[in-house]
Amino acid sequence: MSELTGQNPDAATRGQNRASRSELTGQNPDAATRGQNRASRSGSSRLAVRKTYKLFIGGAFPRSESGRTYVVNDNNVALASRKDLRDAVVAARKAFPGWSGATAYNRGQVVYRIAEMAEARRKEFKSLGVPSDEVDAAIDRLVWYAGWSDKIAQVLGGANPVAGPYLNISSPEPTGVVGVLAPADSALLGLVSVVAPAIVTGNTVVVLAAEAHPLVAVTFAEALATSDVPGGVVNLLTGRPAETAPWLASHADVNALDLAGAATDLARDLEIAAAGTLKRVLRPAPADWHADPGLTRLTAFLETKTVWHPKGV
Amino acid sequence: MTVSLAALADVARSEASLRAFLHGLPGVDKVGAEQRAAALGTRSIKTSAKAWAIDLSIRMVDLTTLEGADTPGKVRNLCQKALNPGHGAPRVAAICVYPSMVATAHEALRGSGVHLASVATAFPSGQAPLSVRLDDTRAAVAAGADEIDMVINRGAFLSGRYTEVFEEIVAVKEACGDAHLKVILETGELATYDNVRRASWLAMLAGGDFIKTSTGKVPVAATPPVTMIMLEAVRDFLAQTGRKVGVKPAGGIRTTKDAVKYLVLVNETAGEGWLDPDWFRFGASTLLNDLLMQRSKLATGHYAGPDYVTLD
Repeated sequence: MSELTGQNPDAATRGQNRASRSELTGQNPDAATRGQNRASRSGSSRLAVRKTYKLFIGGAFPRSESGRTYVVNDNNVALASRKDLRDAVVAARKAFPGWSGATAYNRGQVVYRIAEMAEARRKEFKSLGVPSDEVDAAIDRLVWYAGWSDKIAQVLGGANPVAGPYLNISSPEPTGVVGVLAPADSALLGLVSVVAPAIVTGNTVVVLAAEAHPLVAVTFAEALATSDVPGGVVNLLTGRPAETAPWLASHADVNALDLAGAATDLARDLEIAAAGTLKRVLRPAPADWHADPGLTRLTAFLETKTVWHPKGV
Repeated sequence: MTVSLAALADVARSEASLRAFLHGLPGVDKVGAEQRAAALGTRSIKTSAKAWAIDLSIRMVDLTTLEGADTPGKVRNLCQKALNPGHGAPRVAAICVYPSMVATAHEALRGSGVHLASVATAFPSGQAPLSVRLDDTRAAVAAGADEIDMVINRGAFLSGRYTEVFEEIVAVKEACGDAHLKVILETGELATYDNVRRASWLAMLAGGDFIKTSTGKVPVAATPPVTMIMLEAVRDFLAQTGRKVGVKPAGGIRTTKDAVKYLVLVNETAGEGWLDPDWFRFGASTLLNDLLMQRSKLATGHYAGPDYVTLD
């Protein structure tokens, strides 16, 4: 257990408390508050308000059920456990009927709204080290996928010519709950490029953020939370995918798996685990995230439903 | 609590003595009860203990369907599920249906050892003349029910007409014959924990074999503190009178985690003697699926999904 835990949760919490207390410059709290008031009146300095990077499950930002955290760029970030993952899958399943039942036009609008909210957070993404051209590309990609929402059915579906007195129609339908391992090589563009195509067609997703890039992922989750995306449609877990991904791959209530961020050995194990419940698995080749994504990811998590209807005369 | 056995025997001789007794019961410390119930809910039950708790919970389930849309087909399906929950899981304790569905369920369950409970007495409101409620009960028993879930007359209870409630329970108990009587207190409508304690004692004094929290038809159903207070009542009643009464929380218990919390509550409040389907039941419909999914998680090592259990 200790290798999974990394650190004792109590110690982590204590450490966090110590850190925040030390920012109060060691004075007693009252004195600090008075000092702060004085400072704000004179406009000279104020206490730093630091962000707590938490998980994003069912539209809320909970800490990890385990209480664990790990440190990235001097920030404590929630270290998700398998129970957080289980909760995320429950939230995604609960959100699926509503999201997949929404009209394609509506889903497109919502994804476009994510682009608007991400646009407003441009400065924050940059401060986290995302280059400006990558922020541009990520926002443009959201807009691009938003546009596909009500067009994909025409491209992939349609009326089929059949030899018989039947009207035969095929239409693409979402697969269900999709587990996604976010790419490790592109913090924002990579994440957007795997999440947007999965949700725009009506799937709900559980995303395991790349271990090294949780700050950008949580900031993107904040854009999602403020952009009309129903709670549970995107659930984001920060932490160590190598620890949680096997539970995602073997979970019987997950319908598909995107292994974009999985290293070769892990991807192989996950494919085997996913086979146990016949999940649809996408194991992509390393990608240039700036390149035109094409329709591969849009179509990867769609099922084609075909209906035969007798023709009246 | 200091009530002698002799005092208990004729406590219902008059409205005044019954009221004096019920109002003489010690009051419930609301904050304390809620804290205690919440604290017991934090126990961690894992691995082999969890497997044991899951199987015990399955054996304690009164698998219930109480919808206006119930059909004989649906009831037969439910009975099959009770008899064979799947994947080697044990059978549930009982099926619980409306009186009109008892005959159908009786046919499906006959000789299986799974009990057949029927709600009666103008469930869920109980707002019908006594004669109608008694006929309701007799009809259910005649059709094959061996357990009757009655509702108390909350209107009378809340107006303080305790004798009326007492006598109605006695009359229903008589109409039940050999069938077990579960008395539904509908704690969500009783307003205070003190009332829950009073209603529990009233139901036990009147001869109820089980006390049950709720109908499941009002917004507030079974809660851990309410169940704990009822468990304290049955424990004290056994100590006073030597007669053991069962407890059945019903409504709102949907997950294995909830069920295990209740088992901890039973063990710590009433004692191990109640950890048995004869003395503790869960009134539930969706709980069974979650128990089966958790059971399969323990067996297979991976999380299960609702696609692998029946729809209900």
